Amino acid sequence: MKAAPFEYARAADVDEACAWLAADDGARLIAGGQTLVPMMAMRLARPTRLIDINRIAALSYIRADQDGIAIGATTRQRLVERDELVAAKVPLLARAIPNIGHAATRARGTIGGSLANADPAAEISLVAVTLDATLSYRAGGKTTDVPARGFHVGAMVTSLPEGACLTAVRFPVWQGKIGTGFHEVNARSSDFAFVSAAAQVELGADNKCRRIAIGVGAATDHPIRLESAERQLTGTALDPKAVRAAIEAALTDIEALDDLHATAAYRRRVAAVLAARAVADAFADAQGNKAQGHADAH
Amino acid sequence: MRIELNVNGAVHEIEVEPRTTLLDCLRDRLDLKGAHAGCEHGVCGACTVLFDGAAVRSCLMFAAQAAGSAITTIEGVTPGPGELSPIQDAFCETHGLQCGYCTPAMIMAAHALLAGNPAPTREEIVEAISGNICRCTGYAQIVEAIALAAERMRGVNRPRSLTE
Amino acid sequence: MSATGHHRYVSSDRRVREDRRFVAGKGNFVADVELPNMKHVAVVTCPHAAARIKSIDKSAALAMPGVHYVVDGAELAAATLPLMTGLDTPNVPRRPLALDVARYSGEWVAAVVADSRAQAEDAAEAIEIDYEALPFVLDAEQALEHGSPLVHEAHGSNVLLDKTFVWGEVEKDFAAAPRKLSLRVKWGRSSTVPIETFGVVASWDPWRDMLDVHASIQMPRYADQIGIALKIPATSVRVHHDVDVGGSYGVKRGIKHTVLCGYLSRRLGFPVRLIEDRLENMRGGDAHGPERLFDVEVAFDDQGIVRSMKMRALENVGAYAGRSPFQLGKPIGAIVGPYKIASVEYRAIAVVTNKTTQDAVRGFGQGPTNLALERTMDEVANVLGLDPLEVRKRNLIRHDEFPYLIPSGTTYDSGNYETVIAKVLADTGYDDLKAERDRLRAAGKLAGIGMAACLEPSGGNATFEALLNPAITTSTFMDSCRINIDGMGAITATMHTTSSGQGHETLLGTVIGEVLQVDPDMVRVTRPDSLNSLPSGTPVGSRMAIMLGGAAFHAANKLKAKLTAIGAHDLGIPLERAVYQDGSVSDRDAPQNKRAWADLVQIAFRNYHRMPPGFEPGLAVEHVYQVPTGGTLPTPDGRVQMYPCFSFEFHLLLLSIDPDLGRPEIVRYRLGHDCGTQINPKIVRGMTMGGIAHGIGAALYEEFAYNDDGQLIAQSFMDYLLPSSHEVPAVDIVDHETPSPHTVLGQKGSGESGYLGAPAAIANAVNDAIRGLGISINTLPIKVSTLGDLIAAAQEAAKVKKGN
Repeated sequence: MKAAPFEYARAADVDEACAWLAADDGARLIAGGQTLVPMMAMRLARPTRLIDINRIAALSYIRADQDGIAIGATTRQRLVERDELVAAKVPLLARAIPNIGHAATRARGTIGGSLANADPAAEISLVAVTLDATLSYRAGGKTTDVPARGFHVGAMVTSLPEGACLTAVRFPVWQGKIGTGFHEVNARSSDFAFVSAAAQVELGADNKCRRIAIGVGAATDHPIRLESAERQLTGTALDPKAVRAAIEAALTDIEALDDLHATAAYRRRVAAVLAARAVADAFADAQGNKAQGHADAH
Repeated sequence: MRIELNVNGAVHEIEVEPRTTLLDCLRDRLDLKGAHAGCEHGVCGACTVLFDGAAVRSCLMFAAQAAGSAITTIEGVTPGPGELSPIQDAFCETHGLQCGYCTPAMIMAAHALLAGNPAPTREEIVEAISGNICRCTGYAQIVEAIALAAERMRGVNRPRSLTE
Repeated sequence: MSATGHHRYVSSDRRVREDRRFVAGKGNFVADVELPNMKHVAVVTCPHAAARIKSIDKSAALAMPGVHYVVDGAELAAATLPLMTGLDTPNVPRRPLALDVARYSGEWVAAVVADSRAQAEDAAEAIEIDYEALPFVLDAEQALEHGSPLVHEAHGSNVLLDKTFVWGEVEKDFAAAPRKLSLRVKWGRSSTVPIETFGVVASWDPWRDMLDVHASIQMPRYADQIGIALKIPATSVRVHHDVDVGGSYGVKRGIKHTVLCGYLSRRLGFPVRLIEDRLENMRGGDAHGPERLFDVEVAFDDQGIVRSMKMRALENVGAYAGRSPFQLGKPIGAIVGPYKIASVEYRAIAVVTNKTTQDAVRGFGQGPTNLALERTMDEVANVLGLDPLEVRKRNLIRHDEFPYLIPSGTTYDSGNYETVIAKVLADTGYDDLKAERDRLRAAGKLAGIGMAACLEPSGGNATFEALLNPAITTSTFMDSCRINIDGMGAITATMHTTSSGQGHETLLGTVIGEVLQVDPDMVRVTRPDSLNSLPSGTPVGSRMAIMLGGAAFHAANKLKAKLTAIGAHDLGIPLERAVYQDGSVSDRDAPQNKRAWADLVQIAFRNYHRMPPGFEPGLAVEHVYQVPTGGTLPTPDGRVQMYPCFSFEFHLLLLSIDPDLGRPEIVRYRLGHDCGTQINPKIVRGMTMGGIAHGIGAALYEEFAYNDDGQLIAQSFMDYLLPSSHEVPAVDIVDHETPSPHTVLGQKGSGESGYLGAPAAIANAVNDAIRGLGISINTLPIKVSTLGDLIAAAQEAAKVKKGN
């Protein structure tokens, strides 16, 4: 399983990377390579040129700015996993990252790489959609911001234009009494999830839900928000029956994936289960209680 | 293309195709046969080496990408001809292997774990090797080897020479 | 024969000497072998489930950089003989490259030889093949039907084997029994899938008429079959046994790879190497395992005593025979498991379909058969409302009933099943386990206890070959050891096959050290090549501890006898007064009169005048050892002694299922294991844990799944899921040792332990967990999604019922 031949170039900065992309239709960026290289080994991906952006220091950072926590596209997942700022300000991301692959893949895999790759089961995509993150990309010397929702449009498909290089993702920070929950189910602990769910909750002083975000991943070809459920549940005491009902209603019309690993019926049904669990965990977390700790939570 | 690789503390100038993986480069060009190909698509972990101290899959990196980082292979953690490190010796003590094909990779994963966590719990050991598939042992004696190595190494004052 | 506990080295907790080189990355795996001017092969595979090969255009490939040659099926077929099969099926020939018709998606149809593997792959893509897709069949039951597409037209049907055996008064026993039940159980297509793929380097030397073969091989008669296929004498084939094999567990029989590379090397004049990549391996390496459908019917009474059994086993062999049909025959030697079932009807059917060819998998069919037996025992208990452990106990052969003759003609050597079970229950009280199950259920989980009482036939007396094909008259199954003490007194022992992690070198050192009373580490063990070897049946059928151990034991005893005779003669005493101890010989009546090791060596090598008359000089011995209880062929009514020794394992586990997710988790796992004398406990435990991991994979994760177009959709490790350290729980193994009366040290085999019973125990646990919902699941692997959907449907049905 040797890759088809290609040229290799290292970009010193983002604009150079974009210039390489513009010069060659078959050129592709390589960051962590944890998904691209296997595809190349199987000759399913056959770039004519690889543009290595791993060493562009300007693309690797984690910092707070006025809009939230900004993470450079080539920041290793492992760094985000261990980062105190992320743990404090974007706890949902911190909760999700350990579920990605293995330590060895997180050592190389990047935040931007996962977002650009757009696997339906990608945890980072799910968190980005759930939190209404903003993605930035550069193309032709210009930087554009796009909302995470709408970026990941299908299985392995994003709205990233030709010749563009993802540069950063910005996660908004919720203030107040916050709690998060993340659940996924898979055959083995580190597999691509069949279904995943993320929830973030902000409680008022009365412990009622002031704000809630619920996302479901892996069940359909891109992560989705359960907006109708969010609307229904805002302002409520997050009663488990009501939560479940709202979530199920929000999932009625989804086009669940059906493949070797799980049926569409399974995904649709379990999406509701996991989303409800994520909300319950977020609720408990916000109150300072430990999440119930279901067997599936990794 | 010509690249410079830092492997086990020595710098090598090598002529490679861009598509040559780090794994194939180590094995075929530098004659370091300890890293093994099991799947060439990043799942089995038999190709694991240390990259600036972190365990990575060398089949998922092109050699050209590795220039500028410190690569450590099983040959680099073997103290000398016929000599075993505490981790290697622990694997022999518990018989944490059978066919030996996944073993160098397991040992590299153990190195990465113990460099950052000298007193891992069983769960932490299991997690640390969960990216390395073994078809022979069922993992029990591997976990015991790493726990034994950790215990022995805690009793010895050692410099952490494998982190960046 | 020695009982356990009286040994100095045997059963002691010694390190496995082979480990040293592996922890340093200094193994000698086939991909490490580099010969000068070696070239690389990549194969071209058929994308269709079945297709006629109309034309192959090599021109573009031949023009590509680094390419030396392209060979196709027609050229190879003209120069070689088809590969050997065990059944009498001349119209089902098997060749390394498909000839005229390709019969499964992934079958090899051409091969490219180039300077590098990457260049070979580049060129393989450029070969243009015109295929005419043909009708195909994937399902075994469909393959049996009239009007099914035929995988091999000339064979006239898809049936390779259809044989029914009746041992005992089956119909009478069924008629007399108050109760009967039937069960259908499916063992899904999985395999052992070693982390190292198969690889071979073949190098032809025209000046010595010698084909040197380095391969990751585990296969008897390998050199023979290479020679036959290539039409060269077997003495022109030299297999290097010192290649370390990166795991095999049965499947590494790359005869087609070897014939291909052997031919290419002879044709082209340089060494040729083929290391399967993972896709080649999964799709076309011909290393799939059993895919077996069982229909079991048992006749029993109200106490749960099973009097008689009818079993139909339908095997989906794949497109060509390989070893697969024989995997229906080996379980005959333990067809009733550990139970006193009095009569059995067994129908073995092997059909071809357009799937990848199988090869021998750990247990050679025993694992699937144990699944069928143990699911049946649980269902008997269920139907009667009895405890499954109690039902098993009532049926088990008792320790005082050995040797025990089973209906199919094999005698089980020894066993103490009730003691092993008692040991398992001693620490994990059965009641405690049930209480824990109940607590899990109360907390909202589905929880179940699963058990399996299984035998591991060991010793490799493969009389199933003659049983399934009367044209075969093989009753010899041997292994050998040569020991030489050199002129300096150093001991070297040889073994005559490859190893894939079983610790054979350590085994040899330990046994020889035990007999000669010298430190095992003083025994050098080497592996001469096939031309310098004595016969070996190779590591199959859980035989090496018995057979290599036996050969070494006898050879060492011959040496000890010679040393004793030399000492007695030189001391001037009758042989009966000579005492051998720790390498010296002394006079029993005057112990101060002694000849030390160095003296004995001196006499043997340099002082012929002091040797007993007629003795050969030097200290070289060998022993070729026939399998104990071997040497008979089947009776006309299909009875025969198969393997000599029967290890026993009792699995007991507690499993919890999240009912909303359908995801099972093993909460407690305890195993009782009896393989007689354990020559090296570290090796035995490692084998057993590895077997359990394989079993967990087969039960819950692994499947070579095909889609309706006949494409293997689980063709990489992304979809064929191997258990990681997270999926294998801690297992408490408790040992018992019931020695075999047939073996030199009382040892039985343990190479297949764990794997033979884990899938059965897990399947039983899942069924125990979901039985309360009125559902059952009898197909492996039990996937999360399948289980989840099954549970959801049952819960939905229950709700509807309640609502009515």
